This record gives sequence, C-alpha cells and structure tokens, in this order.
Amino acid sequence: MSEAYAHPNYVKIWIWLLVLLGLSVSGPMLEIPTLTIITAFGIAVVKAFLVAANFMHLKFEKKIIWFLLIMCFCMLGVFFFGVAPDIMMTEGDQWIDCIADKSCVEQRL
Amino acid sequence: MSMHGPVATHRSATGVPTGRLAVWWLMASEIFIFGGLVACFILFKLNGTPGFEDASLTSLTAGAVNTFVLLTSSLSVVMAHAAIEKGDRDKSFLYIWYTIGGGFVFLGIKAYEYTGKIIHGHVITENLFWSFYYTMTGLHALHVIGGMVIMALISFDIRKGHNYQRVELIGIYWHFVDLIWIFLFPLLYIANF
Repeated sequence: MSEAYAHPNYVKIWIWLLVLLGLSVSGPMLEIPTLTIITAFGIAVVKAFLVAANFMHLKFEKKIIWFLLIMCFCMLGVFFFGVAPDIMMTEGDQWIDCIADKSCVEQRL
Repeated sequence: MSMHGPVATHRSATGVPTGRLAVWWLMASEIFIFGGLVACFILFKLNGTPGFEDASLTSLTAGAVNTFVLLTSSLSVVMAHAAIEKGDRDKSFLYIWYTIGGGFVFLGIKAYEYTGKIIHGHVITENLFWSFYYTMTGLHALHVIGGMVIMALISFDIRKGHNYQRVELIGIYWHFVDLIWIFLFPLLYIANF
C-alpha cells in the first residue's frame, strides 16, 4: 500500500480536466490551423500533467520514478530525431525512389 | 491492511514498493510502444504523406465523448484507491465497477465508430492514415480491455480482504491508458488538416 500523503481534491482536478477538454474541442471552431495545433496539443500536455501528477500520484513519487520517465522521453526524442531524416528527407544522392523509377519492380523480375 | 501475496508485492529496495516500481517499468515500456507510433504518425503527417487529410472524416463528437468517459473513469478508479486506503472495501469495489462500466461505454463508442468507418470503406489497408488510426486506437482498446479484466479480478480479491495495494497499481495503469487517449484525441480527431 502507498505511503501516507494527503489525497488531492480529485473532483476539483476532474472538473479542470473537463474544462480543458471543452477548450480543446472548441479550438477547431476558430478555424485557425496553427492555433488549433497549439490549443489541442498544448492542452493535451497540461491534461496529461494533471492526470500524472494528481491521479497517478507522480508528485508524491520518489525521484527514481521521475528519472525513469524522463529517460524514457529522452530516448523517445533520440528515436524521433533518428528516424526523422529517413521519413522527411527523400532528396539526395543516396536516395533511390525505386517505386517512381520502377527499378524495384525490375529487381523482382 | 491485508498484505497477502508474493514478497515482491510489498518489499521495497528503492524506496518505492516493488509492485509499484514494476508497474512504472511497464509504463516505461508503454511509452515506447505508443510514443513510437505517435512519433511516426507526426513525421508522416509533417511530410505531407497522402491520405492524412482523411483525419477530417473522424468524429470529433465521438472522440470528445470518449475522452470525457475515460477522464471520468480515471476519477472513479482514484476514488477506489482513496476508499481502500480508508479500509472501505465496499465503496472501493463499487468505484472499481464504475470504472469498468466506463471502459464498456468507451469500447461501445469505439465499436460504433469502427462500424461506421468500415461500412464507408475506410479499412486499415485504405491508406497510411487509416493504418495508423486502426493500429493506435485498436492497440489502445486492447489495453482498455486488459485493464477491465484485471480490475474485475482485483475487485473480487479486495472484497475478500486480500491485496489492497493492487487497487493503486491498476489505478496507475488505468490512468496511463487515459493519458494515451489524451494524446490520441488531438492527433486523430482535432488536427484534421
């Protein structure tokens, strides 16, 4: 069982989460793509923090758990930027678009 | 409180009970599973890959209602944890079953969405967007189902007075499932341009 700590006011946090959900849903109604991305993903980060800190009791956890999670996100960043060139940069001397020039079909034959 | 079960459940070598540490390790692995999918989705979308404009075909209302359902089920499972810490088994049992009920509502809405999409020909092989859509939401739904089954087992266990600490552990898992959805929602339902 967990150590003794004062439980936060869960209902109050839930109400905040619903308010944020309402804001993220109303974002697209303004029809400004950049603003929609900022409101949708910015609010998602805030909601995630509220859930993790209060519902998952992360704010009461030992540093080892924070370290574990931060390391995971750092590794995910390495993965993201490691894979990004493969997906985003399709031009260059070393890239062969075998579907466009049909060479991969010829190879199979 | 009851402390039946394996020694590892209540032993603590790091200051964190080993059972809870194990759940956090599980969450760490889940970050890579879903994080990898989300990262690839974002990269393909930024690259202008054809098919991603189909995000406008997903139902914002269904996604928003499902977010509401999961947020509410997260509240009920944390209330179950608070109740069991006070030794109130019946209340905790009830809150756990409210959470399972939330899981059923979530899956029902998801099934309704899937049916509508498949009827209109939007299947997993249509294009890259739908491949991501079904893979990410399907994998998430499997996690919801898994959580519901484990919660049901735990609810009967605590009613007998056993393994109270497991309510907190399944709570952490369920909140994580909620967290994943918090990010899938804007990705698949809001950022549709």
